[in-house]
Amino acid sequence: MRLGYELKEAAKISWVAINSNRLRAALTTLGIVIGVATVSLMGSAIAGLTQTFEDSLSLLGTDVLFVQKFNWATGGGDWREMRNRRDITLRDAKRLERELSMAQAVSVEAQSNGLVSYEERSASSAAIVGANENTAMVRGFLLADGRYFSEADVDGLRPVCILGSSLAENLFPRFSPLGERIKIRGKKYEVIGVLEKLGGFLFGDVDNQVMVPITRFVSDFAYNPDVNISVKAVNTELLDDTRIEVRGIMRKIRRLGPGDKDDFAVNQQDMLMDAFMQTGGTIAAGGLLITGLSLLVGGIGIMNIMFVSVIERTKEIGLRKALGAKRRTILIQFLLEASFICLFGGLLGLGIAYPITLLMQQVFPATLAWPVVLTALLVSIFTGVISGYLPAFRASKLNPVDALRQD
Amino acid sequence: MSLIEVRNLSRLYHMGEETVYALRDVSVGIEKGEYVAIMGPSGSGKSTLMNLIGCLDSPTSGEFILNGIEVSEMDDDELADVRNRQIGFVFQTFNLLARSTALHNVELPLVYAEIDSETRRERALEALGQVGLGDRVTHKPNELSGGQRQRVAIARALVNRPAIILADEPTGNLDSKTGVEIMALFEELSSRGNTIIVVTHEEEVARHARRIIRIRDGLIAADERISPEDRIQVGQS
Ligand SMILES: Nc1ncnc2c1ncn2[C@@H]1O[C@H](COP(=O)(O)OP(=O)(O)OP(=O)(O)O)[C@@H](O)[C@H]1O
Ligand SMILES: [Mg+2]
Repeated sequence: MRLGYELKEAAKISWVAINSNRLRAALTTLGIVIGVATVSLMGSAIAGLTQTFEDSLSLLGTDVLFVQKFNWATGGGDWREMRNRRDITLRDAKRLERELSMAQAVSVEAQSNGLVSYEERSASSAAIVGANENTAMVRGFLLADGRYFSEADVDGLRPVCILGSSLAENLFPRFSPLGERIKIRGKKYEVIGVLEKLGGFLFGDVDNQVMVPITRFVSDFAYNPDVNISVKAVNTELLDDTRIEVRGIMRKIRRLGPGDKDDFAVNQQDMLMDAFMQTGGTIAAGGLLITGLSLLVGGIGIMNIMFVSVIERTKEIGLRKALGAKRRTILIQFLLEASFICLFGGLLGLGIAYPITLLMQQVFPATLAWPVVLTALLVSIFTGVISGYLPAFRASKLNPVDALRQD
Repeated sequence: MSLIEVRNLSRLYHMGEETVYALRDVSVGIEKGEYVAIMGPSGSGKSTLMNLIGCLDSPTSGEFILNGIEVSEMDDDELADVRNRQIGFVFQTFNLLARSTALHNVELPLVYAEIDSETRRERALEALGQVGLGDRVTHKPNELSGGQRQRVAIARALVNRPAIILADEPTGNLDSKTGVEIMALFEELSSRGNTIIVVTHEEEVARHARRIIRIRDGLIAADERISPEDRIQVGQS
């Protein structure tokens, strides 16, 4: 009952105090709003990027090995050395496929780009991918329409192609592309399939690519391309054994002596994940640090505003005590006052961060990172409350005369 | 026993090496219903004594018994209670909450007395009426004249019906005409039975009271009753 009265009155007094010094309240609120909004947004962005990256990575499959010149792991080798390695040729790929015993399937891919057109419509820099009959299965591409390459398509160098979903929409906004003839770098190809949308902006190219049989790719676009070989293991448990076999065969194919270093790399998905965790983690930590700093600066701003009014507030506290306010009553008042302001600021900051996150989602899958948001809220509320409360705590210990004498 | 019993009260200030005796061994008694003026040169300890009587400050040594209770032994909360219920303090510089209305300022002691908001409002309006500000209740201090501000402060001192009203140079910041008005107000309060202690520099102001205590260098130099002939009464002089 007494506590109820006290709380109610303290809330009223706090409210009056906030209202009667709106500028101070507004500035404090602003500090908190900025702190909470920036930190939340940064958190959203980082969470979104991580999510996107993980989603994209999962497209790679955990049971697939990628044989290519470049090593994905951070510290996997000197970049210039890797660039100067001998190309991995189609012949290497064919021998590897022939000699591998543990693989479920082997996909061979080569890439180029160029103009793809259908009548007046065209895409100027679509990715042109040479693929074999296993590529869709190994890489996990699903068909939205039509069919995938058969062995006969690949062996027979047939001029057929499969469109990525975005490319298909661009070239054929009105009707199905199946059976139509498009031009790829001037050569005619018949569309036999359309891929399902993959999304994910790390490998967003897939949606904008056109696939042709690798054999045809070689004859039409690149005589001796550097190819990527993707080897699908029987299952994830056998991935390590498969890698050992792949490496042995590749060393033999590439005629490496016992003392020679590998001039190729056998990559797998988790290497990218590790690399991302290292670099991306560092970037994320840096970003959070910077926003953390902005939160700190906001906090210092809040403290500043709260402390600046201390003298005025000290007199006020002296007066209230002179009129019969107990210490507890005063502390409750100031605690409530600071909490009102900070809570309001925090919620407002969140209210700003949330719609912006929704806007960001138009571009990439940003999600409000609740742990970050909560931390930001707690930190700013804590700073605000402490900096609003501490001076009051000190002033409330003074004799009323001493407090009133301040000026 | 007197309403206010001050026995051997001392208040020291330590200023580095130096010790300032603001009040030394002062003893005095003030009865219920008295109207007392405290006079003395600047720095003599008038405010120090008032603040001690008003429980706004604690003595270095000595006893202070208010309404039969020993104040020097009270804790912070008990002192707050005494300030709230027994004492109405009027300051030279008004000390109003600058951003609150006259009504809210006057209500404040009642808030701390935990009186419900309806009674509070009623009594605050009544007190404002008593000081002649019934038509200014929603004004904020900066919308009031100096004299009106001091009236608000007096209304605030009255509103919880305290045993004593203390005023430390209530007319110090006012012109003489307004000062006279404020003194008239105190006189009226006194005639209604309130106990009033007023600190002042001015003999004119002091002569409204019935008793003058003169302080010099922290000691009581004189304690005199004013005969009715010498007393100034507003409207009669
Ligand atoms: N907080 C303080 N610290 C140190 N000395 C103080 C303090 N307050 C008062 N004093 C000293 O105590 C003495 C009495 O001061 P007090 O304020 O009681 O004087 P006063 O009679 O009210 O003077 P005035 O008429 O100018 O208001 C003075 O010498 C003053 O310097
Ligand atoms: Mg004084």
